[in-house]
Amino acid sequence: MSRVSIVTPAALALERRLVLQFLGVGSLAATGLASGFVPLARAAEQSLAWPKNAFAQKNEAAALAALFEKPIVVPSDKVSLDVPEIAENGAVVPVSVTAALPNVTAIALLIPENPFTLAACCQIPEGTEPAISCRLKMAKTSDVVAVVQADGKYYSTRKQVKVTLGGCGG
Amino acid sequence: MASTIRVRAVAHGESTEVQSLIQHPMDSGFVKDKDGKLIPPHYIETVTFDWNGKRVFTAFWGPAVSKDPYLKFSFKGGKKGDTLKIGWSDNEGKSDETMATIL
Repeated sequence: MSRVSIVTPAALALERRLVLQFLGVGSLAATGLASGFVPLARAAEQSLAWPKNAFAQKNEAAALAALFEKPIVVPSDKVSLDVPEIAENGAVVPVSVTAALPNVTAIALLIPENPFTLAACCQIPEGTEPAISCRLKMAKTSDVVAVVQADGKYYSTRKQVKVTLGGCGG
Repeated sequence: MASTIRVRAVAHGESTEVQSLIQHPMDSGFVKDKDGKLIPPHYIETVTFDWNGKRVFTAFWGPAVSKDPYLKFSFKGGKKGDTLKIGWSDNEGKSDETMATIL
């Protein structure tokens, strides 16, 4: 039941029906109080819990440790990261990640110079291609780090983006 | 009611490419309004995509995702006419959900 204990109120709103299959209504209150956090890796299969602890971290190692279970991250050219060299507007930085690896289960995007390091984390179920594109905010010039979880191992690629106008402080 | 979610899902042979655009302020909590007061953080935390009852994508977002977030991914399977269900929920407990037909 440890997985259930990390369901956030927001996730409950979205998947109340699913949760009710697991819990009696009475234990919902207890769920809200529980602060235990299970790393994403352990709950990767069908977790719906937003990894609150990981998003609160202010450096790369802490964010990864909160997100994954004992991650040993190795740089890999199998992970390709497509970011602009210079971003004129840090509020909208297009980021694409593609992993040429089998059995990818998650892709995380981190921006170490932002106030909070972790920007986004996507779960890739079986059958979904390990390639995503999105747009992120950058406070200032920073590396963008893509970490891919594949077969329980972790691979990363980083690239610096020069930001001329920050996107977090306005 | 217009949905906050716009989705374009196109089947290409064996896989389906999904692009979505969600209307949301994605306030980071670090920006001040015109009176110099901090705008509190307000951002989408979770986005899910389901095809035929199968979860094909989950995104966990923090406040560093840009306003009106864009997302692109592809999954194997899906054919023209199939339905894709997309839902999001944010840190204030708001949520929205929509259905899209694969083109």
